[in-house]
Amino acid sequence: MPQTLKACAPPSYPMAPRMIPVTRFIRESQDVFTFDLAAEHATPFTPGQFNMLYAFGVGEIPISISGDSEAPERLTHTIRAVGPVSAALGKLQAGDQVGLRGPFGVGWPVEEAKGFDVLLIAGGIGLAPLRPVIYWLLRHRAAYGRVGVLYGARTPDDLIFRSEVEEWRRTPDFQLRVAVERAGPEWTGDVGYVTPLLSKLRFDATEAVAMICGPEVMIRATALALEDAGLADSRIFVSMERNMKCAIGHCGHCQFGPLFICKDGPVHRYGRVRSLLSYREL
Amino acid sequence: MAAQVDGAMAIVTVEGLEALLQAIQARGYRAVGPTLENQAIVYDDIESINDLPRGWTDEQDGGRYRLMRRSDDALFGYSVGPQSWKKFLHAPKLRLWTAERHGENTTVTPEASPNDRLAFIGVRACEIRAIEIQDRVLISDLYVDPHYQALRARALIVAVNCGQAGGVCFCASMQAGPRVKQGFDIALTELLDGGEHVFLVEAGSEEGHALLAPIPHRAASDDEIEAAAAVIERTASSMGREMRSDDLNELLMSNLEHPRWDEVATRCLTCANCTLVCPTCFCTSVEDVSDLAGERAERWRRWDSCFTMDFSYIHGGSVRASAKSRYRQWMTHKLATWIDQFGSSGCVGCGRCIAWCPVGIDITEEVRAIRGCDAAAEEPQ
Amino acid sequence: MKDIADLLRHHPFAEGLDEDTLSLIAGCAKNVVLQPGDYLHREGAAADSFYLVRHGAVALETFVPGRGSFTFLTVKSGEILGADWLIPPYRSSFDARAIELTRAIAFDGKCLRGKCEADPRVGYEMMKRFIPPLVKRLQSARMQALGMYDAANA
Ligand SMILES: Cc1cc2nc3c(=O)[nH]c(=O)nc-3n(C[C@H](O)[C@H](O)[C@H](O)COP(=O)(O)OP(=O)(O)OC[C@H]3O[C@@H](n4cnc5c(N)ncnc54)[C@H](O)[C@@H]3O)c2cc1C
Ligand code: SF4
Ligand code: SF4
Ligand code: FES
Repeated sequence: MPQTLKACAPPSYPMAPRMIPVTRFIRESQDVFTFDLAAEHATPFTPGQFNMLYAFGVGEIPISISGDSEAPERLTHTIRAVGPVSAALGKLQAGDQVGLRGPFGVGWPVEEAKGFDVLLIAGGIGLAPLRPVIYWLLRHRAAYGRVGVLYGARTPDDLIFRSEVEEWRRTPDFQLRVAVERAGPEWTGDVGYVTPLLSKLRFDATEAVAMICGPEVMIRATALALEDAGLADSRIFVSMERNMKCAIGHCGHCQFGPLFICKDGPVHRYGRVRSLLSYREL
Repeated sequence: MAAQVDGAMAIVTVEGLEALLQAIQARGYRAVGPTLENQAIVYDDIESINDLPRGWTDEQDGGRYRLMRRSDDALFGYSVGPQSWKKFLHAPKLRLWTAERHGENTTVTPEASPNDRLAFIGVRACEIRAIEIQDRVLISDLYVDPHYQALRARALIVAVNCGQAGGVCFCASMQAGPRVKQGFDIALTELLDGGEHVFLVEAGSEEGHALLAPIPHRAASDDEIEAAAAVIERTASSMGREMRSDDLNELLMSNLEHPRWDEVATRCLTCANCTLVCPTCFCTSVEDVSDLAGERAERWRRWDSCFTMDFSYIHGGSVRASAKSRYRQWMTHKLATWIDQFGSSGCVGCGRCIAWCPVGIDITEEVRAIRGCDAAAEEPQ
Repeated sequence: MKDIADLLRHHPFAEGLDEDTLSLIAGCAKNVVLQPGDYLHREGAAADSFYLVRHGAVALETFVPGRGSFTFLTVKSGEILGADWLIPPYRSSFDARAIELTRAIAFDGKCLRGKCEADPRVGYEMMKRFIPPLVKRLQSARMQALGMYDAANA
């Protein structure tokens, strides 16, 4: 089963945020930033869960937790500024407060994947929701088979978590490939789309679990490529995105056919969503 | 089984009903019920049964709602209007919390849950079913809506068995009426035919029993009980609409690309009326406001509809940009995916979406079209 | 001659190819080594070669005035490079530059075309091997053209 965490009793006013100070702010790239929120307010989470973050007076948006689930004293989020709320969050500094509700949702199947080869495929900001899985795999390396990470981004300048990515690259027994869509001559890594890089990873398709996070078009293409490589659709997991106004199953905005992305997801077994994904505008 | 007045079905007169309404208010309830307003029957505060639309009825059809005089003085001689009880339990607009800045610190104060004790007078079977459906969505999972919960827990339901079916009613098809079976404190059946204008009453809870006990009443005769059953029977057999509903999840979900969606999209104005009048639609959006000084901010919740473009907006555009996809979301949610999500249909057959659609789109007809049979073929023999 | 057929046999491109065809096309091939920075071909120049990359990496580039050269695809060990030699007027549509020490098998395009014309069976065998990677690249190019990482994200 994908991971859920229901240890804490739900709050009696589930729509009211807690205000939590930012302790550290890091700029990852031109439009992406990461911040940590103070420890004592943190709630345990599983990789792939998300919080609703509120920028005072502006609004509230769903953001995945991008930190280490076994060090929840640092509650980390990585955000791309695309509109009013994400941009307002990007203007915060250490000491400023952020409203937080969560964690919500069903995350990545890190328990179910034990004993399997694990493939992580991330596109753009999609690496952020998968980073907790990487931390988890590094901590529990012996419990898994081969590990492969593919990360695709627009250009070398758009890469996030750069120094960590380099660390992962140097980690023995950890296959990592980064592909950008276009690059200047100084870039010596892969250029192209991420999906074809699958053929460069060593894994046993009959004993592998894959987790994909990125834009929906990339999810569809990658899931198909994984199936072509021999993975069962029950072993492929995808993180879905829909408009969210509540994260508690009440506002109706995140519906995707019979699913509520906020409570049935955001991580779904591909077998569960593949036919739904084939309909436009569902 | 429901409790009854002195262990039996009882008969109260029109004056007895007035006494009941006074007793309800004396017990601290705010009574709300059907009243006449702007040429429609809407739910609002009532103080006496004189506030009820006595002697009025309605004529309803696709895109059509019209009030008419009745030839008698029936108090509940009409079917449902544009509003439903959700306007009280699940408010159209609600402040959720207020945030205030004090230097470095911001405090968030949730809007206190209301203490109101609401008495809903004249709730139809389909409406009780609709309230139960909203209960399932808003207060039966891990997260509970505290405002809905507070109002719902204290609400008194005085139900009415429908004495006639409206032109767009199909509750019988949805197993949601017309007989009030559960979920009420007091249930009434209005009897007009016996030469006397009386109500057969039944208590459905301790509270209902306690309220009814002191009201002047007499035991119902077998004839009167039979007459009440006949009234409901007649209503059930004269539904204005009909819709086969046992296979809708499979039918609709296996027809997501049916050409009918394109056809209905040419008529649908995506005005969202159907979702606003629907007693089960629960969708909301939130709005953040702040004062000019940036010291105080509030979050408001308001009803939203899957027919709006913003509803499915994610950075870059709306997931459901076409009218076709939005109509399809509405109908498949009501009739199909609701079953996966909450274990029942999201439609109670009240017909509001049909009457209040400006172009008269009829959910039962759309289902028939997708099923591939024409209206005649489905007519009961 | 023998060596080149041997090298060919070990490249994924030749997987499952019968010996006759293999030695036939080996007649058009030669072994090449490129230093980092060496161009395999330049935009606009005659496209007279087709490459099987054995080891190394080649960047496919285009030059944008004022912004410099942009890599849009890297071709690595085990992959094929070059399609312009197949279609008239046999002109390269972009630059291909080795970015690592690269060892490759280079086919003479005209020679290979000749063999394909002469024996359609050989031609069809070759076609079955050229087309899949080209189609895959087309699919990737479509994703890149859509700028998908710019759109809705995780
Ligand atoms: C489960 C989940 C996890 C996410 N995790 C991350 C993350 O880790 N990092 C990150 O940068 N982004 C993440 N996103 C996307 C992020 O929520 C949107 O980029 C954000 O809502 C944009 O809001 P905005 O006000 O800045 O911009 P606008 O695009 O102007 O959005 C206006 C409003 O539309 C809604 N909206 C817009 N885009 C989205 C979207 N993609 N998903 C949901 N609602 C949207 C929001 O209500 C928002 O307030 C996640 C989305 C989901 C559903
Ligand atoms: S969908 Fe229409 S008929 Fe069904 S409950 Fe809603 S308003 Fe009534
Ligand atoms: S039909 Fe539309 S507005 Fe009504 S509950 Fe479903 S998604 Fe919400
Ligand atoms: S975000 Fe409100 S129901 Fe899922």
